[in-house]
Amino acid sequence: MEGPTYWKIGDQISLRDAFGRALTSLGSIRDDFVLFDADVAGGTGAKPFVQAFPEKVVQFGIAEQNMMAAAGGFADTGIIPVVTTFAAFGTMRAHEQFRTAIAYPGRNVKLCCSHIGVDVGPDGPTAQMLEDLATIRAVPGVTVVVPADANQMLQALPAILDHPGPVYMRIGRSPAPVITPADSSFNIGKASRLRGGNDVTLIATGVMVARALAAAENLASDGIEARVINLSTIKPLDKEELLQAAIETGALVTAEDHSVLGGMGSAVAEFLAETHPVPISFVGVRDRFGKSGEPEELARLFGLTAEDIQKAAKSVIVRKKA
Amino acid sequence: MNDLRELARKIRVLAIEAIYCARSGHPGGSLSAADILGVLYFEELRVDPTQPRWIDRDRFILSKGHACPALYAALALKGFFPAEDVRSLRKIDHYLEGHPDVKIPGVDAPSGSLGMGLSQGLGMALGARYGKRSFRTYVLLGDGDMQEGNTWEAFMAAGHHKVASLTAILDYNGLQGEDLVTKQMNYNPIAEKLTAFGWNVQEVDGHNIDQLRAALAAARSECDRPSFILARTVKGKGVEFMENQQVWHGSSTLTNEQYQQSLKGLEA
Ligand SMILES: Cc1ncc(C[n+]2csc(CCOP(=O)(O)OP(=O)(O)O)c2C)c(N)n1
Repeated sequence: MEGPTYWKIGDQISLRDAFGRALTSLGSIRDDFVLFDADVAGGTGAKPFVQAFPEKVVQFGIAEQNMMAAAGGFADTGIIPVVTTFAAFGTMRAHEQFRTAIAYPGRNVKLCCSHIGVDVGPDGPTAQMLEDLATIRAVPGVTVVVPADANQMLQALPAILDHPGPVYMRIGRSPAPVITPADSSFNIGKASRLRGGNDVTLIATGVMVARALAAAENLASDGIEARVINLSTIKPLDKEELLQAAIETGALVTAEDHSVLGGMGSAVAEFLAETHPVPISFVGVRDRFGKSGEPEELARLFGLTAEDIQKAAKSVIVRKKA
Repeated sequence: MNDLRELARKIRVLAIEAIYCARSGHPGGSLSAADILGVLYFEELRVDPTQPRWIDRDRFILSKGHACPALYAALALKGFFPAEDVRSLRKIDHYLEGHPDVKIPGVDAPSGSLGMGLSQGLGMALGARYGKRSFRTYVLLGDGDMQEGNTWEAFMAAGHHKVASLTAILDYNGLQGEDLVTKQMNYNPIAEKLTAFGWNVQEVDGHNIDQLRAALAAARSECDRPSFILARTVKGKGVEFMENQQVWHGSSTLTNEQYQQSLKGLEA
Protein backbone atom coordinates (compact mmCIF):
# COMPACT_ATOMS: atom_id res chain seq x y z
CA MET A 1 0.00 0.00 0.00
CA GLU A 2 1.27 3.45 -0.88
CA GLY A 3 1.66 6.13 1.71
CA PRO A 4 -0.11 9.46 1.54
CA THR A 5 0.89 12.13 -0.96
CA TYR A 6 2.77 15.02 0.62
CA TRP A 7 2.26 18.68 -0.20
CA LYS A 8 4.72 21.11 -1.77
CA ILE A 9 6.56 23.62 0.38
CA GLY A 10 4.63 26.87 0.27
CA ASP A 11 1.21 25.31 -0.36
CA GLN A 12 -1.52 26.62 1.92
CA ILE A 13 -3.18 23.60 3.52
CA SER A 14 -5.43 23.29 6.52
CA LEU A 15 -4.13 20.81 9.06
CA ARG A 16 -7.56 19.31 9.43
CA ASP A 17 -7.48 18.41 5.73
CA ALA A 18 -4.10 16.80 6.30
CA PHE A 19 -5.55 14.96 9.28
CA GLY A 20 -8.30 13.54 7.04
CA ARG A 21 -5.73 12.44 4.46
CA ALA A 22 -3.51 10.85 7.10
CA LEU A 23 -6.44 8.98 8.66
CA THR A 24 -7.68 7.70 5.34
CA SER A 25 -4.32 6.45 4.19
CA LEU A 26 -3.76 4.69 7.52
CA GLY A 27 -7.25 3.22 7.37
CA SER A 28 -6.27 0.99 4.48
CA ILE A 29 -3.04 -0.27 6.03
CA ARG A 30 -3.78 -0.58 9.74
CA ASP A 31 -6.46 -2.35 11.67
CA ASP A 32 -5.52 -1.24 15.14
CA PHE A 33 -7.62 1.92 15.47
CA VAL A 34 -11.17 3.20 15.13
CA LEU A 35 -12.50 6.74 14.93
CA PHE A 36 -14.75 8.10 17.66
CA ASP A 37 -16.86 11.02 16.40
CA ALA A 38 -19.40 13.34 18.03
CA ASP A 39 -21.23 14.70 14.95
CA VAL A 40 -18.36 16.90 13.82
CA ALA A 41 -16.45 14.83 11.25
CA GLY A 42 -16.78 17.68 8.75
CA GLY A 43 -15.32 20.12 11.25
CA THR A 44 -12.39 18.01 12.45
CA GLY A 45 -11.42 16.98 8.93
CA ALA A 46 -12.18 13.28 9.54
CA LYS A 47 -14.97 13.16 6.96
CA PRO A 48 -13.00 11.44 4.15
CA PHE A 49 -12.18 8.64 6.60
CA VAL A 50 -15.81 8.32 7.67
CA GLN A 51 -16.81 8.02 4.02
CA ALA A 52 -14.08 5.51 3.18
CA PHE A 53 -14.33 3.36 6.32
CA PRO A 54 -17.79 3.68 7.85
CA GLU A 55 -17.25 0.37 9.64
CA LYS A 56 -14.28 1.86 11.49
CA VAL A 57 -16.28 4.69 13.01
CA VAL A 58 -18.23 4.81 16.24
CA GLN A 59 -20.75 7.64 16.26
CA PHE A 60 -21.61 9.05 19.69
CA GLY A 61 -23.84 11.93 18.69
CA ILE A 62 -23.22 15.25 20.39
CA ALA A 63 -22.17 13.80 23.73
CA GLU A 64 -18.47 14.32 24.29
CA GLN A 65 -18.27 13.26 27.91
CA ASN A 66 -19.81 9.91 27.11
CA MET A 67 -17.54 9.52 24.08
CA MET A 68 -14.44 10.25 26.15
CA ALA A 69 -15.12 7.86 29.02
CA ALA A 70 -16.27 5.21 26.53
CA ALA A 71 -12.94 5.62 24.73
CA GLY A 72 -11.19 4.71 27.97
CA GLY A 73 -13.20 1.50 28.22
CA PHE A 74 -12.79 0.69 24.55
CA ALA A 75 -9.00 1.08 24.69
CA ASP A 76 -9.01 -1.54 27.39
CA THR A 77 -9.95 -4.11 24.73
CA GLY A 78 -6.78 -3.51 22.72
CA ILE A 79 -8.01 -1.33 19.85
CA ILE A 80 -7.01 2.34 19.79
CA PRO A 81 -9.81 4.90 19.85
CA VAL A 82 -8.91 8.03 17.90
CA VAL A 83 -11.25 10.45 19.62
CA THR A 84 -12.10 13.51 17.55
CA THR A 85 -13.97 16.69 18.37
CA PHE A 86 -13.35 20.41 18.75
CA ALA A 87 -10.72 21.21 21.37
CA ALA A 88 -13.16 23.09 23.60
CA PHE A 89 -15.33 20.00 23.97
CA GLY A 90 -12.54 17.44 24.04
CA THR A 91 -10.09 19.11 26.40
CA MET A 92 -12.44 21.05 28.66
CA ARG A 93 -15.98 19.74 28.61
CA ALA A 94 -14.82 16.13 28.79
CA HIS A 95 -11.66 16.96 30.67
CA GLU A 96 -12.36 14.93 33.76
CA GLN A 97 -13.43 11.93 31.71
CA PHE A 98 -10.10 12.23 29.89
CA ARG A 99 -8.19 12.56 33.12
CA THR A 100 -9.84 9.81 35.11
CA ALA A 101 -10.93 7.24 32.52
CA ILE A 102 -7.98 7.63 30.13
CA ALA A 103 -4.89 9.29 31.61
CA TYR A 104 -5.02 7.89 35.13
CA PRO A 105 -5.19 4.23 34.01
CA GLY A 106 -2.71 5.12 31.21
CA ARG A 107 -5.02 3.93 28.48
CA ASN A 108 -4.09 3.97 24.84
CA VAL A 109 -6.36 6.72 23.52
CA LYS A 110 -5.48 9.37 20.96
CA LEU A 111 -7.42 12.57 21.44
CA CYS A 112 -7.26 14.61 18.22
CA CYS A 113 -8.91 18.02 18.45
CA SER A 114 -9.52 20.69 15.88
CA HIS A 115 -10.74 24.27 16.45
CA ILE A 116 -7.79 25.56 18.42
CA GLY A 117 -6.57 29.06 19.10
CA VAL A 118 -8.00 32.17 17.49
CA ASP A 119 -7.12 30.52 14.17
CA VAL A 120 -10.71 29.14 14.36
CA GLY A 121 -11.93 32.58 13.22
CA PRO A 122 -15.53 33.78 12.92
CA ASP A 123 -17.20 31.13 15.10
CA GLY A 124 -15.88 33.15 18.02
CA PRO A 125 -14.88 32.54 21.64
CA THR A 126 -16.97 29.46 22.43
CA ALA A 127 -15.33 27.56 19.56
CA GLN A 128 -11.84 29.05 19.91
CA MET A 129 -9.72 27.17 22.39
CA LEU A 130 -6.93 29.06 24.11
CA GLU A 131 -6.54 26.91 27.20
CA ASP A 132 -6.25 23.35 25.89
CA LEU A 133 -2.49 23.09 26.23
CA ALA A 134 -2.75 24.33 29.81
CA THR A 135 -5.49 21.91 30.84
CA ILE A 136 -4.13 18.84 29.08
CA ARG A 137 -0.47 19.47 29.88
CA ALA A 138 -1.30 19.46 33.57
CA VAL A 139 -2.54 15.87 33.44
CA PRO A 140 0.20 13.38 34.35
CA GLY A 141 1.51 11.03 31.72
CA VAL A 142 -0.09 12.65 28.69
CA THR A 143 1.91 13.24 25.52
CA VAL A 144 1.03 16.48 23.74
CA VAL A 145 1.73 16.87 20.03
CA VAL A 146 1.20 19.93 17.83
CA PRO A 147 2.10 19.53 14.16
CA ALA A 148 3.13 22.77 12.46
CA ASP A 149 2.02 22.03 8.94
CA ALA A 150 0.19 19.55 6.74
CA ASN A 151 3.24 17.46 5.94
CA GLN A 152 4.07 17.07 9.62
CA MET A 153 0.50 15.99 10.27
CA LEU A 154 0.88 13.12 7.81
CA GLN A 155 3.79 11.83 9.87
CA ALA A 156 2.47 12.78 13.29
CA LEU A 157 -0.64 10.62 13.11
CA PRO A 158 1.12 7.26 12.57
CA ALA A 159 3.69 8.33 15.17
CA ILE A 160 1.08 8.96 17.84
CA LEU A 161 -0.69 5.69 17.00
CA ASP A 162 2.61 3.90 17.56
CA HIS A 163 3.27 5.78 20.79
CA PRO A 164 1.75 3.89 23.72
CA GLY A 165 -0.53 5.66 26.18
CA PRO A 166 -2.67 8.78 26.09
CA VAL A 167 -1.78 11.37 23.47
CA TYR A 168 -3.37 14.73 22.73
CA MET A 169 -2.91 16.19 19.27
CA ARG A 170 -3.86 19.75 18.34
CA ILE A 171 -5.13 20.31 14.79
CA GLY A 172 -5.31 23.74 13.14
CA ARG A 173 -8.28 24.77 11.06
CA SER A 174 -7.46 27.58 8.67
CA PRO A 175 -5.01 27.07 5.79
CA ALA A 176 -1.38 27.21 6.91
CA PRO A 177 1.77 27.26 4.78
CA VAL A 178 3.60 23.98 4.25
CA ILE A 179 7.11 24.44 5.64
CA THR A 180 8.46 20.92 6.22
CA PRO A 181 9.75 18.83 3.34
CA ALA A 182 8.11 15.48 2.65
CA ASP A 183 11.15 13.47 3.66
CA SER A 184 11.71 14.98 7.12
CA SER A 185 11.02 12.60 9.97
CA PHE A 186 8.69 13.18 12.89
CA ASN A 187 9.80 12.00 16.29
CA ILE A 188 7.65 12.49 19.35
CA GLY A 189 9.65 14.36 21.98
CA LYS A 190 12.09 15.82 19.45
CA ALA A 191 12.03 19.45 18.46
CA SER A 192 13.34 20.47 15.06
CA ARG A 193 15.74 23.31 14.46
CA LEU A 194 14.56 25.04 11.30
CA ARG A 195 17.15 27.80 11.24
CA GLY A 196 20.45 28.48 12.92
CA GLY A 197 21.42 31.63 14.79
CA ASN A 198 22.93 32.68 18.11
CA ASP A 199 21.40 36.05 18.97
CA VAL A 200 18.03 34.76 20.15
CA THR A 201 15.90 31.63 19.79
CA LEU A 202 12.34 31.69 18.55
CA ILE A 203 10.49 28.65 19.87
CA ALA A 204 7.19 28.22 18.12
CA THR A 205 4.42 25.68 17.84
CA GLY A 206 1.57 25.05 15.39
CA VAL A 207 0.64 27.92 13.08
CA MET A 208 3.20 30.12 14.84
CA VAL A 209 6.14 28.20 13.37
CA ALA A 210 5.69 29.65 9.90
CA ARG A 211 5.33 33.10 11.47
CA ALA A 212 8.51 32.59 13.49
CA LEU A 213 10.38 31.70 10.30
CA ALA A 214 9.09 34.88 8.67
CA ALA A 215 10.12 36.85 11.76
CA ALA A 216 13.63 35.35 11.61
CA GLU A 217 13.98 36.41 7.96
CA ASN A 218 13.08 39.97 8.88
CA LEU A 219 15.34 39.98 11.91
CA ALA A 220 18.22 38.84 9.69
CA SER A 221 17.82 41.92 7.56
CA ASP A 222 18.29 43.95 10.77
CA GLY A 223 21.44 41.98 11.46
CA ILE A 224 19.94 39.72 14.13
CA GLU A 225 20.48 36.01 13.70
CA ALA A 226 17.57 34.15 15.23
CA ARG A 227 17.50 30.42 15.77
CA VAL A 228 14.06 28.93 15.03
CA ILE A 229 12.78 25.82 16.74
CA ASN A 230 9.58 24.01 15.86
CA LEU A 231 8.45 22.60 19.20
CA SER A 232 6.01 20.02 17.90
CA THR A 233 5.92 18.06 21.14
CA ILE A 234 4.89 20.15 24.13
CA LYS A 235 5.12 17.19 26.47
CA PRO A 236 7.57 15.63 27.01
CA LEU A 237 9.84 18.56 26.14
CA ASP A 238 12.99 18.17 24.09
CA LYS A 239 15.14 19.24 27.02
CA GLU A 240 18.44 18.94 25.22
CA GLU A 241 17.41 21.25 22.39
CA LEU A 242 15.91 23.81 24.79
CA LEU A 243 18.90 23.80 27.08
CA GLN A 244 21.24 24.27 24.15
CA ALA A 245 19.15 27.17 22.90
CA ALA A 246 19.19 28.82 26.32
CA ILE A 247 22.94 28.36 26.73
CA GLU A 248 23.97 29.29 23.20
CA THR A 249 21.59 32.16 22.47
CA GLY A 250 20.86 33.44 25.98
CA ALA A 251 17.39 34.75 25.16
CA LEU A 252 14.17 33.13 23.99
CA VAL A 253 10.84 34.02 22.49
CA THR A 254 8.03 31.49 22.70
CA ALA A 255 5.16 31.80 20.24
CA GLU A 256 1.84 29.97 20.36
CA ASP A 257 -1.78 30.46 19.30
CA HIS A 258 -2.86 29.83 22.90
CA SER A 259 -3.05 31.70 26.16
CA VAL A 260 0.33 32.66 27.61
CA LEU A 261 -1.00 31.17 30.85
CA GLY A 262 -0.03 27.54 31.12
CA GLY A 263 0.76 26.85 27.49
CA MET A 264 3.91 25.97 25.56
CA GLY A 265 5.77 29.07 26.73
CA SER A 266 5.00 28.19 30.32
CA ALA A 267 6.28 24.66 29.75
CA VAL A 268 9.55 25.99 28.37
CA ALA A 269 9.88 28.53 31.19
CA GLU A 270 9.17 25.94 33.89
CA PHE A 271 11.94 23.75 32.58
CA LEU A 272 14.52 26.49 32.07
CA ALA A 273 13.81 28.20 35.38
CA GLU A 274 15.14 25.07 37.07
CA THR A 275 18.03 24.41 34.71
CA HIS A 276 19.34 27.49 32.93
CA PRO A 277 17.27 30.63 33.46
CA VAL A 278 17.46 33.17 30.63
CA PRO A 279 15.13 36.04 29.70
CA ILE A 280 12.03 34.85 27.85
CA SER A 281 9.38 36.82 26.00
CA PHE A 282 6.00 35.17 25.55
CA VAL A 283 4.01 35.66 22.36
CA GLY A 284 0.48 34.38 22.85
CA VAL A 285 -2.96 35.51 23.93
CA ARG A 286 -2.78 37.64 27.07
CA ASP A 287 -5.33 36.42 29.59
CA ARG A 288 -8.46 37.13 27.60
CA PHE A 289 -11.14 35.30 25.65
CA GLY A 290 -11.16 35.26 21.87
CA LYS A 291 -13.67 36.97 19.62
CA SER A 292 -15.16 36.60 16.16
CA GLY A 293 -13.16 37.75 13.17
CA GLU A 294 -11.04 36.41 10.33
CA PRO A 295 -7.98 34.41 11.43
CA GLU A 296 -5.44 36.95 10.11
CA GLU A 297 -7.31 39.86 11.67
CA LEU A 298 -7.44 38.02 14.97
CA ALA A 299 -3.73 37.25 14.77
CA ARG A 300 -3.15 41.00 14.53
CA LEU A 301 -5.60 41.88 17.29
CA PHE A 302 -4.15 39.32 19.68
CA GLY A 303 -0.51 40.02 18.88
CA LEU A 304 0.29 36.76 17.11
CA THR A 305 1.89 37.96 13.88
CA ALA A 306 5.47 37.63 12.62
CA GLU A 307 5.94 41.33 13.51
CA ASP A 308 4.88 40.63 17.09
CA ILE A 309 7.48 37.87 17.27
CA GLN A 310 10.13 40.24 15.86
CA LYS A 311 9.29 42.87 18.43
CA ALA A 312 9.43 40.33 21.22
CA ALA A 313 12.82 39.14 19.95
CA LYS A 314 14.26 42.64 19.98
CA SER A 315 12.96 43.34 23.45
CA VAL A 316 14.24 40.09 24.90
CA ILE A 317 17.71 40.60 23.42
CA VAL A 318 17.91 43.86 25.39
CA ARG A 319 17.27 41.87 28.56
CA LYS A 320 20.09 39.40 27.84
CA LYS A 321 22.70 39.17 30.56
CA ALA A 322 25.93 40.85 29.58
CA MET B 1 -51.40 36.37 13.39
CA ASN B 2 -50.55 37.91 10.01
CA ASP B 3 -48.27 40.23 11.86
CA LEU B 4 -46.42 37.38 13.45
CA ARG B 5 -45.98 35.63 10.12
CA GLU B 6 -44.55 38.82 8.72
CA LEU B 7 -42.24 39.20 11.70
CA ALA B 8 -41.00 35.63 11.32
CA ARG B 9 -40.38 36.32 7.65
CA LYS B 10 -38.37 39.41 8.56
CA ILE B 11 -36.35 37.37 11.05
CA ARG B 12 -35.50 34.96 8.25
CA VAL B 13 -34.53 37.77 5.87
CA LEU B 14 -32.29 39.46 8.42
CA ALA B 15 -30.69 36.18 9.46
CA ILE B 16 -29.86 35.32 5.87
CA GLU B 17 -28.53 38.81 5.32
CA ALA B 18 -26.30 38.47 8.39
CA ILE B 19 -24.92 35.10 7.26
CA TYR B 20 -24.37 36.37 3.73
CA CYS B 21 -22.43 39.41 4.96
CA ALA B 22 -20.42 37.33 7.43
CA ARG B 23 -19.65 34.75 4.73
CA SER B 24 -20.17 32.12 7.44
CA GLY B 25 -22.74 31.02 10.00
CA HIS B 26 -25.51 28.46 10.30
CA PRO B 27 -28.52 29.12 8.07
CA GLY B 28 -30.43 25.81 8.39
CA GLY B 29 -31.02 25.90 12.13
CA SER B 30 -31.57 29.67 12.12
CA LEU B 31 -34.42 29.35 9.64
CA SER B 32 -36.04 26.42 11.45
CA ALA B 33 -36.20 28.45 14.66
CA ALA B 34 -37.57 31.68 13.16
CA ASP B 35 -41.27 31.13 13.89
CA ILE B 36 -40.58 30.04 17.45
CA LEU B 37 -38.42 33.13 18.03
CA GLY B 38 -41.09 35.32 16.46
CA VAL B 39 -43.84 34.08 18.77
CA LEU B 40 -41.56 34.28 21.80
CA TYR B 41 -40.25 37.79 21.22
CA PHE B 42 -43.42 39.36 19.88
CA GLU B 43 -46.03 37.72 22.06
CA GLU B 44 -44.71 35.71 24.91
CA LEU B 45 -41.62 37.24 26.50
CA ARG B 46 -41.97 40.11 28.92
CA VAL B 47 -38.87 42.05 27.92
CA ASP B 48 -38.08 45.72 27.48
CA PRO B 49 -35.55 46.71 24.83
CA THR B 50 -34.93 50.00 26.61
CA GLN B 51 -33.83 48.09 29.73
CA PRO B 52 -32.15 44.91 28.48
CA ARG B 53 -30.97 44.02 32.00
CA TRP B 54 -34.26 44.70 33.79
CA ILE B 55 -34.17 42.24 36.68
CA ASP B 56 -37.78 41.08 36.30
CA ARG B 57 -37.65 40.42 32.57
CA ASP B 58 -38.50 37.00 31.26
CA ARG B 59 -35.32 35.13 30.40
CA PHE B 60 -34.59 33.50 27.07
CA ILE B 61 -31.69 31.23 26.29
CA LEU B 62 -30.80 30.06 22.82
CA SER B 63 -29.07 26.85 23.81
CA LYS B 64 -28.48 25.97 20.15
CA GLY B 65 -26.29 29.07 19.97
CA HIS B 66 -25.22 28.50 16.38
CA ALA B 67 -28.69 29.75 15.36
CA CYS B 68 -27.87 33.23 16.71
CA PRO B 69 -28.35 34.98 13.37
CA ALA B 70 -32.10 34.41 13.90
CA LEU B 71 -31.86 35.48 17.56
CA TYR B 72 -29.99 38.67 16.65
CA ALA B 73 -32.60 39.34 13.97
CA ALA B 74 -35.43 38.96 16.49
CA LEU B 75 -33.64 41.18 19.01
CA ALA B 76 -33.02 43.82 16.36
CA LEU B 77 -36.65 43.80 15.22
CA LYS B 78 -37.73 44.05 18.83
CA GLY B 79 -35.60 47.17 19.18
CA PHE B 80 -32.61 45.99 21.23
CA PHE B 81 -30.21 47.29 18.59
CA PRO B 82 -30.39 48.63 15.02
CA ALA B 83 -31.23 46.14 12.27
CA GLU B 84 -28.23 47.33 10.22
CA ASP B 85 -25.97 45.89 12.91
CA VAL B 86 -26.72 42.32 11.87
CA ARG B 87 -24.72 42.98 8.70
CA SER B 88 -21.65 43.12 10.94
CA LEU B 89 -22.19 39.64 12.37
CA ARG B 90 -18.89 37.90 13.15
CA LYS B 91 -16.80 40.96 12.22
CA ILE B 92 -13.72 41.67 14.27
CA ASP B 93 -14.61 45.27 15.12
CA HIS B 94 -18.19 44.48 16.05
CA TYR B 95 -20.12 43.18 19.04
CA LEU B 96 -22.31 40.58 17.29
CA GLU B 97 -20.19 37.52 18.00
CA GLY B 98 -20.49 34.31 15.99
CA HIS B 99 -22.26 32.72 18.96
CA PRO B 100 -24.36 34.41 21.68
CA ASP B 101 -22.51 36.61 24.14
CA VAL B 102 -24.03 38.41 27.13
CA LYS B 103 -22.37 41.64 26.04
CA ILE B 104 -25.03 41.79 23.31
CA PRO B 105 -28.16 43.68 24.45
CA GLY B 106 -30.99 41.20 24.99
CA VAL B 107 -28.79 38.10 25.17
CA ASP B 108 -29.24 36.41 28.55
CA ALA B 109 -26.71 33.60 28.34
CA PRO B 110 -23.61 32.57 26.44
CA SER B 111 -24.01 29.50 24.24
CA GLY B 112 -22.40 27.81 21.29
CA SER B 113 -21.17 24.84 23.21
CA LEU B 114 -24.25 22.66 23.09
CA GLY B 115 -25.86 21.24 26.21
CA MET B 116 -25.45 24.09 28.72
CA GLY B 117 -28.53 26.16 27.97
CA LEU B 118 -31.12 24.23 29.94
CA SER B 119 -29.01 24.21 33.09
CA GLN B 120 -28.50 27.96 32.87
CA GLY B 121 -32.25 28.37 32.41
CA LEU B 122 -32.92 26.06 35.33
CA GLY B 123 -30.67 28.23 37.46
CA MET B 124 -32.53 31.37 36.44
CA ALA B 125 -35.89 29.76 37.19
CA LEU B 126 -34.69 28.53 40.58
CA GLY B 127 -33.33 32.02 41.25
CA ALA B 128 -36.73 33.50 40.44
CA ARG B 129 -38.39 31.15 42.91
CA TYR B 130 -35.81 31.81 45.60
CA GLY B 131 -35.96 35.60 45.12
CA LYS B 132 -39.78 35.60 44.83
CA ARG B 133 -39.68 37.08 41.35
CA SER B 134 -42.40 36.36 38.85
CA PHE B 135 -40.45 36.14 35.62
CA ARG B 136 -40.53 33.05 33.43
CA THR B 137 -37.59 31.34 31.73
CA TYR B 138 -37.55 29.90 28.22
CA VAL B 139 -34.87 27.75 26.63
CA LEU B 140 -34.70 26.83 22.96
CA LEU B 141 -32.94 23.51 22.45
CA GLY B 142 -31.61 21.78 19.34
CA ASP B 143 -31.22 18.10 18.67
CA GLY B 144 -27.61 18.43 19.66
CA ASP B 145 -28.58 19.71 23.10
CA MET B 146 -30.81 16.67 23.54
CA GLN B 147 -27.82 14.37 23.13
CA GLU B 148 -25.62 16.06 25.72
CA GLY B 149 -25.70 14.47 29.16
CA ASN B 150 -25.72 17.91 30.77
CA THR B 151 -29.20 18.50 29.34
CA TRP B 152 -30.50 15.31 30.95
CA GLU B 153 -29.14 16.36 34.30
CA ALA B 154 -31.16 19.55 33.88
CA PHE B 155 -34.28 17.64 32.84
CA MET B 156 -33.96 15.52 35.95
CA ALA B 157 -33.38 18.47 38.28
CA ALA B 158 -36.16 20.64 36.84
CA GLY B 159 -38.66 17.79 37.22
CA HIS B 160 -37.44 17.02 40.71
CA HIS B 161 -37.67 20.64 41.83
CA LYS B 162 -41.00 21.13 40.03
CA VAL B 163 -39.77 24.26 38.31
CA ALA B 164 -43.02 25.31 36.65
CA SER B 165 -41.69 28.66 35.43
CA LEU B 166 -39.29 26.89 33.09
CA THR B 167 -40.30 26.13 29.52
CA ALA B 168 -38.04 24.24 27.14
CA ILE B 169 -38.81 24.27 23.44
CA LEU B 170 -37.14 21.75 21.18
CA ASP B 171 -36.54 22.84 17.60
CA TYR B 172 -36.90 19.32 16.23
CA ASN B 173 -35.84 19.53 12.60
CA GLY B 174 -34.49 15.99 12.51
CA LEU B 175 -31.12 16.95 11.05
CA GLN B 176 -28.01 17.66 13.06
CA GLY B 177 -24.44 18.60 12.13
CA GLU B 178 -23.56 15.75 9.83
CA ASP B 179 -26.62 13.60 9.31
CA LEU B 180 -30.14 12.66 10.41
CA VAL B 181 -30.74 12.59 14.15
CA THR B 182 -32.07 9.05 13.79
CA LYS B 183 -28.74 8.03 12.23
CA GLN B 184 -26.32 9.94 14.47
CA MET B 185 -27.89 9.39 17.89
CA ASN B 186 -31.59 8.81 18.26
CA TYR B 187 -33.04 10.11 21.52
CA ASN B 188 -36.65 9.36 20.65
CA PRO B 189 -39.27 8.68 21.85
CA ILE B 190 -38.97 11.84 23.85
CA ALA B 191 -42.47 12.45 25.25
CA GLU B 192 -42.43 9.29 27.35
CA LYS B 193 -38.97 9.99 28.72
CA LEU B 194 -39.70 13.53 29.76
CA THR B 195 -43.09 12.69 31.19
CA ALA B 196 -41.33 10.15 33.37
CA PHE B 197 -38.91 12.93 34.40
CA GLY B 198 -41.86 14.99 35.65
CA TRP B 199 -42.31 17.34 32.70
CA ASN B 200 -45.48 18.46 30.98
CA VAL B 201 -44.90 17.52 27.34
CA GLN B 202 -46.72 18.97 24.35
CA GLU B 203 -46.11 18.49 20.66
CA VAL B 204 -46.70 21.14 18.00
CA ASP B 205 -45.89 22.12 14.44
CA GLY B 206 -43.07 24.59 15.02
CA HIS B 207 -44.08 26.67 12.04
CA ASN B 208 -47.71 26.96 13.13
CA ILE B 209 -48.13 30.16 15.11
CA ASP B 210 -51.48 29.20 16.64
CA GLN B 211 -50.16 25.90 17.90
CA LEU B 212 -47.05 27.51 19.34
CA ARG B 213 -49.14 30.20 21.00
CA ALA B 214 -51.49 27.64 22.55
CA ALA B 215 -48.67 25.48 23.84
CA LEU B 216 -46.97 28.45 25.45
CA ALA B 217 -50.24 29.46 27.09
CA ALA B 218 -50.69 25.95 28.46
CA ALA B 219 -47.13 26.04 29.80
CA ARG B 220 -47.89 29.29 31.58
CA SER B 221 -50.83 27.73 33.39
CA GLU B 222 -48.78 24.82 34.77
CA CYS B 223 -48.34 25.05 38.55
CA ASP B 224 -45.90 22.33 39.46
CA ARG B 225 -44.27 20.93 36.35
CA PRO B 226 -41.75 22.37 33.92
CA SER B 227 -42.99 22.38 30.33
CA PHE B 228 -41.45 20.84 27.26
CA ILE B 229 -42.72 21.79 23.82
CA LEU B 230 -41.60 19.49 21.05
CA ALA B 231 -41.80 21.73 18.00
CA ARG B 232 -41.53 19.84 14.73
CA THR B 233 -39.72 22.04 12.23
CA VAL B 234 -38.00 21.96 8.87
CA LYS B 235 -34.31 22.79 8.73
CA GLY B 236 -33.81 25.66 6.30
CA LYS B 237 -37.55 26.51 6.41
CA GLY B 238 -38.54 29.26 4.00
CA VAL B 239 -35.65 29.01 1.57
CA GLU B 240 -36.54 26.23 -0.79
CA PHE B 241 -33.07 25.10 -1.77
CA MET B 242 -32.04 24.91 1.89
CA GLU B 243 -35.01 22.96 3.21
CA ASN B 244 -33.98 19.62 4.69
CA GLN B 245 -30.53 19.91 3.10
CA GLN B 246 -27.68 18.84 5.33
CA VAL B 247 -25.13 21.06 3.58
CA TRP B 248 -26.91 24.17 4.84
CA HIS B 249 -26.30 23.26 8.47
CA GLY B 250 -23.16 25.20 9.08
CA SER B 251 -20.44 27.68 8.29
CA SER B 252 -21.92 28.36 4.91
CA THR B 253 -20.67 30.94 2.48
CA LEU B 254 -23.62 32.04 0.37
CA THR B 255 -22.85 33.14 -3.17
CA ASN B 256 -24.48 36.34 -4.28
CA GLU B 257 -26.81 34.30 -6.48
CA GLN B 258 -27.86 32.05 -3.58
CA TYR B 259 -28.38 35.12 -1.44
CA GLN B 260 -30.64 36.77 -4.02
CA GLN B 261 -32.51 33.51 -4.50
CA SER B 262 -33.05 33.21 -0.73
CA LEU B 263 -34.44 36.72 -0.50
CA LYS B 264 -36.73 36.10 -3.43
CA GLY B 265 -38.03 32.90 -1.85
CA LEU B 266 -38.68 34.76 1.40
CA GLU B 267 -40.64 37.48 -0.37
CA ALA B 268 -43.34 35.08 -1.44
C1 LIG C 1 -20.72 20.60 22.82
C2 LIG C 1 -20.75 20.80 21.36
N1 LIG C 1 -20.37 19.80 20.54
C3 LIG C 1 -20.34 19.99 19.20
C4 LIG C 1 -20.69 21.19 18.66
C5 LIG C 1 -20.56 21.44 17.17
N2 LIG C 1 -21.88 21.63 16.57
C6 LIG C 1 -22.41 22.85 16.33
S1 LIG C 1 -23.96 22.77 15.70
C7 LIG C 1 -23.94 21.08 15.71
C8 LIG C 1 -25.13 20.31 15.26
C9 LIG C 1 -26.34 20.75 16.01
O1 LIG C 1 -27.47 20.09 15.57
P1 LIG C 1 -28.89 20.62 16.03
O2 LIG C 1 -28.87 20.87 17.48
O3 LIG C 1 -29.88 19.66 15.48
O4 LIG C 1 -28.97 22.00 15.32
P2 LIG C 1 -30.00 22.51 14.24
O5 LIG C 1 -30.31 21.40 13.30
O6 LIG C 1 -31.22 22.94 14.98
O7 LIG C 1 -29.28 23.66 13.59
C10 LIG C 1 -22.72 20.61 16.19
C11 LIG C 1 -22.35 19.19 16.30
C12 LIG C 1 -21.07 22.21 19.55
N3 LIG C 1 -21.40 23.44 19.11
N4 LIG C 1 -21.11 21.99 20.88
